[in-house]
Amino acid sequence: MTTPDTDSPVASLAPAVHDVIIIGSGPAGYTAAVYTARAQLKPLVFEGVQFGGALMTTTEVENYPGFKEGITGPELMEEMREQALRFGADLRMEDVEAVSLDGPVKTVTVDGETYRARAVILAMGAAARHLGVPGEQELIGQGVSTCATCDGFFFRDQDIAVIGGGDSAMEEATFLTRFARSVTLIHRRDEFRASRIMLERAQANEKITFVTNTEVVAVEGDSKVSGLLLRNTATGEESKLPVTGVFVAIGHDPRSELVRGLIDLDDEGYVQVQGRTTNTSQDGVFAAGDLVDHTYRQAITAAGSGCAAAIDAERWLAEHDS
Amino acid sequence: MSEGSATLTVTDGSFDSDVIKSGTPVLVDFWATWCGPCKMIAPVLEELAGEKAGELTVAKLDVDANPETARAFNVVSIPTLILFKDGEPVKRIVGAKGKAALLREIADEV
Repeated sequence: MTTPDTDSPVASLAPAVHDVIIIGSGPAGYTAAVYTARAQLKPLVFEGVQFGGALMTTTEVENYPGFKEGITGPELMEEMREQALRFGADLRMEDVEAVSLDGPVKTVTVDGETYRARAVILAMGAAARHLGVPGEQELIGQGVSTCATCDGFFFRDQDIAVIGGGDSAMEEATFLTRFARSVTLIHRRDEFRASRIMLERAQANEKITFVTNTEVVAVEGDSKVSGLLLRNTATGEESKLPVTGVFVAIGHDPRSELVRGLIDLDDEGYVQVQGRTTNTSQDGVFAAGDLVDHTYRQAITAAGSGCAAAIDAERWLAEHDS
Repeated sequence: MSEGSATLTVTDGSFDSDVIKSGTPVLVDFWATWCGPCKMIAPVLEELAGEKAGELTVAKLDVDANPETARAFNVVSIPTLILFKDGEPVKRIVGAKGKAALLREIADEV
């Protein structure tokens, strides 16, 4: 339990040790917050400035069970957040700078201040991948976008491109046809990994043109995007596509930089957990959501693993109550 | 002033008097209701507005209702923050950033 340093006769100079700190605020983080709060563990949750996770930049979420009419990503996250608050979770929209995860008391540093906890739940999720080509970083916000729902509005009647081959790329391309004159979907392979329903929806849309076996070499433009330099991956032939907007939807990488070297990660940077638990290689440290999951990466599977992490943490704390 | 808020709501109509002609630097937040990341920085901007009252005005412009100003300043991505000083845009920040990062970006100008 937390060490109250104001109640003991000899006032402790050491700051309070929380039972559990949660890092992350997507479905995994908030579900862990709800469960640990209901277990009376008074969780301290560092949501990050970019709170809410990947769903904050989606529109309709049709496949999260329990919402038969669908719900927008931001609304769903607001519901989860409010639910966590209802049960007393201490939510902070702050970014964690550093952590130490070994020993009975772990530390989490935020804005120069250090917080201590017996258990930590890692739920930092995954970040959108960048193309890593010339012109991309320079033109972010000037035609290169990572948020179709935010920026589609500004590309009314323009010719734009969406890069990617999964469900996100299909969703974004389809969404953007509400505004754009044309959407060219560019994928470096022949086959799409998108789900059938999303692929068919995009294929049925007259405004979307599919370009496969093609990769982006560079984003062109001075103060704003004027086009893309492309290369056919089969023939090597280069070509130019005049577009004034580029939406990158090529997948995500786990946000494990914070814990690199402190717990076991796999080759791609995902946090490793033991069997079907959320236990990491450090005692008292648990991980959930897209930070761990390569395979499913859905809001509902993330929420499920957040619940598991909370239960694992609760049991661990009970076993290690000294 | 918006109800109970430290930030100033500006429009296409009020932009000239509220921002361009302001004696104090104004940080304008170009946002829209459908934009998730815009919601993320809203609390940070409220805090900033409260702490820097007097030295800096934090203004919010809904681009949906006020497309002219967004177009005039070439805003094609939201959130975009533009710092205006003596009527000129002196700094542009694109995307949701934390308070520390925001303060660092505007430190030279404020």
